[in-house]
Amino acid sequence: MFLEQLINGVTLGSIYAIVALGYTLVFGVLDIINMAHGEIFMFGAFVGMLLVSKAGAPLPVAFLGAIVVTGAMGLLLERFALRPLRGRPGASHLASLISTIGVSILLENVAHRIFGAGNHLFETPFAEIRFQVGSVTVYLVQAVILLISLLMMAGLALWLSRTRAGKALRATAENLETAGLLGVDTNRMITATVVIASAMGGVAGVLVGMAFNYINNQIGLSMGLKGLAIIIFGGMGSVYGAMAGGLILGLSETFVVAYGPSGYRDAIAFATIIVILLIKPQGLFGQALPEARR
Amino acid sequence: MRRNARAVAVLTSVLFALVFMGAEKEKAAPAARPAAAPVKAKIGVIAIVTGPGAGYGEAIVNGVKLARDEVNAKGDVNIELKIEDSSAKQEQALAAGQKLINSEQVVAIIGPTLSNEMKVVGPEANASGVPILGTSTTAKGIPQIGKFVFRNALPESQAIPASIGKAVKKYNIKKVALLYGNDDVFTKSGFDTMKEVSEKLQLAVLTVQEFQKGQSDYKAQLTKIASLKPDAVFCSALYEEGAVILSQARRMGLKVPFVGGNGFNSPKVIEIAKDAADGLIVATPWFEGRNDPKVKAFVAKYEKTYGKKPDQFAAQAYDALYVMANALKAAGKADRDLLRDALAATKDFEGVLGKFSFDAERDVVMEPTVLIVRDGKFQIFQ
Repeated sequence: MFLEQLINGVTLGSIYAIVALGYTLVFGVLDIINMAHGEIFMFGAFVGMLLVSKAGAPLPVAFLGAIVVTGAMGLLLERFALRPLRGRPGASHLASLISTIGVSILLENVAHRIFGAGNHLFETPFAEIRFQVGSVTVYLVQAVILLISLLMMAGLALWLSRTRAGKALRATAENLETAGLLGVDTNRMITATVVIASAMGGVAGVLVGMAFNYINNQIGLSMGLKGLAIIIFGGMGSVYGAMAGGLILGLSETFVVAYGPSGYRDAIAFATIIVILLIKPQGLFGQALPEARR
Repeated sequence: MRRNARAVAVLTSVLFALVFMGAEKEKAAPAARPAAAPVKAKIGVIAIVTGPGAGYGEAIVNGVKLARDEVNAKGDVNIELKIEDSSAKQEQALAAGQKLINSEQVVAIIGPTLSNEMKVVGPEANASGVPILGTSTTAKGIPQIGKFVFRNALPESQAIPASIGKAVKKYNIKKVALLYGNDDVFTKSGFDTMKEVSEKLQLAVLTVQEFQKGQSDYKAQLTKIASLKPDAVFCSALYEEGAVILSQARRMGLKVPFVGGNGFNSPKVIEIAKDAADGLIVATPWFEGRNDPKVKAFVAKYEKTYGKKPDQFAAQAYDALYVMANALKAAGKADRDLLRDALAATKDFEGVLGKFSFDAERDVVMEPTVLIVRDGKFQIFQ
C-alpha cells in the first residue's frame, strides 16, 4: 500500500505544483497574486470536460482546447483588468489585486450560470486501465498525469533558464524599469507571462478532471487556495518553490490519510506549512531580501 | 514588496477563514393546520414557501393540499388549510406559529419544515396545547419536546439500521469500512448510527475514514479501504460527495456493496455516478415504485395536478394530513386535547409510506423500504 499511496501523493502533488506555478509566475513579474487564476483553471477543466465527455474528442484535443481558451482568458484578463491599472499615477499597487478578485467572482458566477452547481462527470477513455508492477497497482491515468506535469515543469524551467525570452522574463521579474531600459518590451513580457500562467492553469484543470473524474464550479476556489498556500510555503515567486511545495503538500495530505487520522488531513498538512514558515519565514526557496526573488 | 507579501498573506488567511467557516446542512420540518368534520377543522401549515429550501416547502404544501381535497371529498371531515411561510427562519416560523395558534385558532399544525424551526415552534405549540406534527423534522429529540409534538418523518437512526441489517444478512457481511463527512452535522450523525449498528451486529470495523465537504480527491482514503478488503463500505455523505466517492471507488476496483445514509437517497446519485452507483443500498420511507395501489394512485394524481413526481417530502406531508383527518374523525370534534389523544392512538395507519404508527414518545414506527441500485435505478432490495 505504501507505494500506491506514494503514487497517489505524487500525482496529487504534481497537480498542486502546476496550479501553484500559475500563481508564482504572475507574482514574479507583477508582484501581485492573480486571484482569478483558480477560476481560469476551473474553466480549463470545464473546456476539457466538454471536449472529452460531451464531444468525445481525444485527450490531446482537450488539452489544446483548454490551453487555447484559458490562454485567451489570460490575455483578456491582462488587457482589461491589469494593464489599465498599471503605472497609473495614484493607483495603488494592490488595485490590480482587487481587480483580479473581481474577475474571479465574475468567472465563478458565469460558470455557475453555464454549468450549474453540481458535479460533472469527466470521462477519461483509459480511466480503468491499470497495470501491476510487482504487488503495486498503477493506473495509466496517474502515469499520464505525472508525465505531463513533469514535462511541463521541466519545460518551464528550461525555458526560463535557457532561452532569450525566459531571460527577458526573469529580467522583468527582477526589476521592471531596469529591464525596460535595457530594451525588454516589458508590456509584452507581462502579457506573455499572464497568458502562459493561465494556459498552465488550463492544463492543470484538465489534469484535475482526469485525476478526480468530477469537476464543479467550486474547484477553482479549493484548488486555488491550496495553490496560494503552496507559493507562500515555497517562497513567493519561486518556480522551484512552487514545484517542491506542491509535491510536499500532496504527499503530506495523502500520507496523513494513509497512516494517520483522515479527519485531520488538511489540518496536519497546513500545520506542517506553518512550522516550516516559522523556521524559514521567506518560504522554502524564497530569498531573505524582499526585493530579490527566484 | 514586503508590504505586498504581507497584504497577500492577510488576504489569504481571510479567504481560508471564510472557506473553513463553511455552512451546515439543514433538513426540513413539517407544516400544520387543523381540521374538523361534519368534523369541521382548521389546520395550520408552516412551510418554507419562499427562500432557500423552498423546494421542500413546495412539495409539502402540494402534498397536504392534495390530501385535503381527497379528505374533504369523502365528507367525514372537512379541513380548511391555513398556510404560512417560514422562509426557513426560526423567528418567522415562530411568528407564523403564534398567528396560527392565537389568531387563526387552528386545531393543529402541520410543520414547520426544518428541525431548527421545530425547536422554537414546537415548545410554543406544546405550551398552548396545540398538536403539532412535523413531516420532515428528522433531528434527534423532536417529539421529546412535549406531549403535543409528533412527527412522521423517518429519522436516520431508524433508516440506517434497516438498510445495514438487510445488507448484512444478504451478503453475509463480517468486516466493514466506514467513511463519512466529518464537517456536517447530518453526515456525522448518520455515521454515529452506522457505528452503533456495526457494534451491535458485531461487525469488525476495519477502519474509519473521514473527509470534508467539497473535497474532490478520495483516492488516499479509498486506497486504504481497498487494501483492507472489507465486505462492505458504510458511507455517510451527501449525494454530491457520495456520488464522486462511489465513482472513484469503483474505478479503483473496490466493488463491494456500499450502504449509504439518507444523503445517498436521491436519484441524483445515479445521475452523477452512472454505472458506479450499482450496488448502493439505502433505506427510505418513500418509494414511488412500490407495488401498492395507494402509491400508484397518489403518484398519478400528484403528477397530473402538479406536473412532477412526488418526492419523499410530498409523500410525508400527504400522509400527515390523512393521519390528522383520521384522528379528527376519531376525536369526533375539532378539539385540541381530544385530537392530541386521538393522534397519539394512531396505529397501523395505511398510507403511501406504508404502515405507520406513533410510539409512546409520539415518534415514527414504520418499516422503511430498503432499496438497491441495479441497472441504473433504485429497486427494492430483496
